[in-house]
Amino acid sequence: MVDFLWLVIALPLAGAVLLHFFGRYMKEQLSGWLASIAIGGAFVIAVIAAIPFFQGGEHGTVILLWQWMPSIGANLEILWDPLAALMTLVVAGVGALIHVFAIGYMHGDERFPRFFTYLNLFAASMLTLVLAGNYAMLFVGWELVGLCSYLLIGYWFTRKTAAAAAKKAFVVNRIGDFGFMVALMLVFTTFGTLSYSGIFERAGAELSSGLATAIGLLILVGAAGKSAQIPLYVWLPDAMEGPTPVSALIHAATMVTAGVYVIARSAAIYDLSPVALTTVATIGAFTAIWAASIAIAQRDIKKVLAYSTVSQLGYMFLAVGTTAYVAGIFHLMTNAFFKALLFLGAGSVIHAMSDEQDMRKMGGLFKKMPTTAITMGIATLAIAGIPPLAGFWSKDEILASVYARGGWFSFLWIIGLVTALVTAFYMTRQWVLVFLGEPRWDEDKHPHESPRVMTVPLIALALLSVVGGLINTPFFTTLARFLDPSFELVDMQLPPEGGLLVTVLAGLAVLAAVGGIAVALVSYRRPRERWLDFEQGFGPLWGTWEAAYRVDDLYGATLVGPGKKAAELAAFGLDLKVIDGAVNGVGRLVRNAGAWTRTLQTGYVRNYGVLFLGGALIIVIWLVAGGM
Amino acid sequence: MVEALLFVLMALGALAGAVTVVVARNSVYSAMGLLATLFSVAVLYVVQLAHLVAAVQVIVYAGAVMTLFLFVIMLIGVDLSEAIDERLPRQRLWVGGLAGLVIILAGVVTVSGEFEWVPAAAPETIVESTNGTVQAVAVPLFTEWVLAFEATALLLTIAAAGAIALAHFRRVRV
Amino acid sequence: MVASGWYMGLAAALFTIGALGILLRRNALVMFMCIELMLNAVNLTLISAGRVMNDLNGQVAVFFILVVAAAEVVVGLAIIVAIFRRRATASVDELSELHG
Repeated sequence: MVDFLWLVIALPLAGAVLLHFFGRYMKEQLSGWLASIAIGGAFVIAVIAAIPFFQGGEHGTVILLWQWMPSIGANLEILWDPLAALMTLVVAGVGALIHVFAIGYMHGDERFPRFFTYLNLFAASMLTLVLAGNYAMLFVGWELVGLCSYLLIGYWFTRKTAAAAAKKAFVVNRIGDFGFMVALMLVFTTFGTLSYSGIFERAGAELSSGLATAIGLLILVGAAGKSAQIPLYVWLPDAMEGPTPVSALIHAATMVTAGVYVIARSAAIYDLSPVALTTVATIGAFTAIWAASIAIAQRDIKKVLAYSTVSQLGYMFLAVGTTAYVAGIFHLMTNAFFKALLFLGAGSVIHAMSDEQDMRKMGGLFKKMPTTAITMGIATLAIAGIPPLAGFWSKDEILASVYARGGWFSFLWIIGLVTALVTAFYMTRQWVLVFLGEPRWDEDKHPHESPRVMTVPLIALALLSVVGGLINTPFFTTLARFLDPSFELVDMQLPPEGGLLVTVLAGLAVLAAVGGIAVALVSYRRPRERWLDFEQGFGPLWGTWEAAYRVDDLYGATLVGPGKKAAELAAFGLDLKVIDGAVNGVGRLVRNAGAWTRTLQTGYVRNYGVLFLGGALIIVIWLVAGGM
Repeated sequence: MVEALLFVLMALGALAGAVTVVVARNSVYSAMGLLATLFSVAVLYVVQLAHLVAAVQVIVYAGAVMTLFLFVIMLIGVDLSEAIDERLPRQRLWVGGLAGLVIILAGVVTVSGEFEWVPAAAPETIVESTNGTVQAVAVPLFTEWVLAFEATALLLTIAAAGAIALAHFRRVRV
Repeated sequence: MVASGWYMGLAAALFTIGALGILLRRNALVMFMCIELMLNAVNLTLISAGRVMNDLNGQVAVFFILVVAAAEVVVGLAIIVAIFRRRATASVDELSELHG
């Protein structure tokens, strides 16, 4: 089955190509289901190919598809090991569910097939990224998902805000990509190859600590761009301009996890640099609390989820920074489940409310859309970390591992705990505002439950959110054993031994979660004036949170403004005046020289006579001088 | 002795004639000057034992060409005096420069001493065959250079025809 | 016995005077006469050189030059007459249309 792994990438890619050329001749249903089947097929193949890993302990294989640039170790090759398998299953599985959801959500859109072209293209790119056997192929996938993100965020490109958001996402990602590229160059100069098999085994022996730190920090720059960490997270909230399935797929479950994946994959390099690891963890933790605090005060249903994504990604970075790779990847998986569910549910609500996204204009939707309400409720509990749902197990494993590390990481642990409280608070706030209380919507809206093609994926994801966590509990460390072969070269931080400590830590986390839920319920399950009072109670802090600490304005003043001025200078000052001036100047020079030379032709025979005789005289002088 | 005297006289005459050609305001005076030069040069040819050439010079040049010149001067207007001023800017400057250059060249060549004054062949060495009599010149003319001879004959014919065409055509067309 | 160099010097002087005449005079006929002057100077040089080298070809060359000069005068004067008929001028400065 491993021989058919190339189909995992080829199927969605073929779907994208097919829909690109023939999509406009197909009916909506056909193009949508075609795309969904393409990615569903990829999922099935991946499951079958991953069976050997389920027993645990199986090492990966490298499958060479095509020799591209063998001298630098950049071929089209797949590394099929447990980590890649897990990522593929998550991407393809959740992706397939989202494809199906999108058939219902995008109904009536005039460029319906184009949407699925992009979705399939994205799936192919993301699968290339996770299946890559060398950094070059990974980078190809990396860039392609960035492109698809741009295409999909700006899908409704006639909206100025959407086009601007797409541009912003691409540019900010580019900054990260620059760091990533420098890292790859460093890797290449050190090891002479970009292939994983040539690097990770030799890393321990050949890589100096300083170089490892440099590479690690540069990869972090790239990962921070792709996974929206401080300071490159600003594109993700704007990316909510894209259709909700896009937000669910790209900005919750898959693309943004690429950063976490690449750090986990490069574990052998990070293993040599405690500095880089600590930086990763610190950035993760601070991003988590920063984004969570912003999410408290958001009014748009999708913006809350966007900042929540940034926050949860912070958790993942915290985990991999603590070298608790299994915990990080575990949280990646569970986050994919409930975050995708949350986004899809939000999409269901938006669809029902005819594109209304302001939560203050919702309320009391429970009766109108029970399925959505219940599934989103499950997701809210999961992300808050209530046992025995998925989020509890993964978040708790992260917190426990961080605590066990000690030292500076204890401080990070406290941050993580506080973030858990805040997360529970704002997620519950969202759920209460949308589904409970008195209806506050406008007269012309008629909320209704979504069609089955949209609710079935919701239910599937809800089930996964409930049972998904059970694959790695302290009682059954199935996932850890599954992923072990991928991380055998590195030291991995594990949760502390000893049941009591683990239970206490877990209890603290649950307490934080319950506390957050309680505050939210009490504050918001009241008439509107009451919770407006509650919000005012925070004073100017609430406004700062709502404005996301005005980071965008800061970037605009310090980076965008000067950048634009520099561009103007280059375009009008340098290009127009200097370069065009030089070129035009040459033309002018030639013309002036011609004009001056032209004056020799006076038309008077006697002037020409002077020239003749002068020339003859010169020849005579030359001959005489030659003879002398 | 005789030769030297003749040379000086004829040289003076030739130079005077040449200067007259250039300087005279009236074109007829210029023609007279040219005539003087032509005669002087013919005498110098005779001194150098180029008898046929001297005769041809007088007959053709002084006789035919100058007559033609005078005809045309009369045709065009004998009292067409030229204005003294020079209308082309800096022309006199350039000419002065050229003249100065020539003088400098001559001076350098003379003073440098690297060039020898060309001697004449001694009279004893002058062979009968180089005496420019009619018979002597006719031999190479009709043997070695007969092609050129015929070509120049053709040339003359064409020139005559061309002159008639040029001078005649205008009237017919108009 | 006069050295041939003297004759050649005289010829050079005649040539220079003829050249200056071309450059300084406007009247087409006078310019033509100066050209004839230059041709004569060349002829004198050739005769003298032939005498030095004891070669008769110098005189033969002069013979030909003489003939060609005659032909040239014929055509040249016909042209001048034609121009005069058109423009009533014999000054070469008036014929300056071909300028830049």
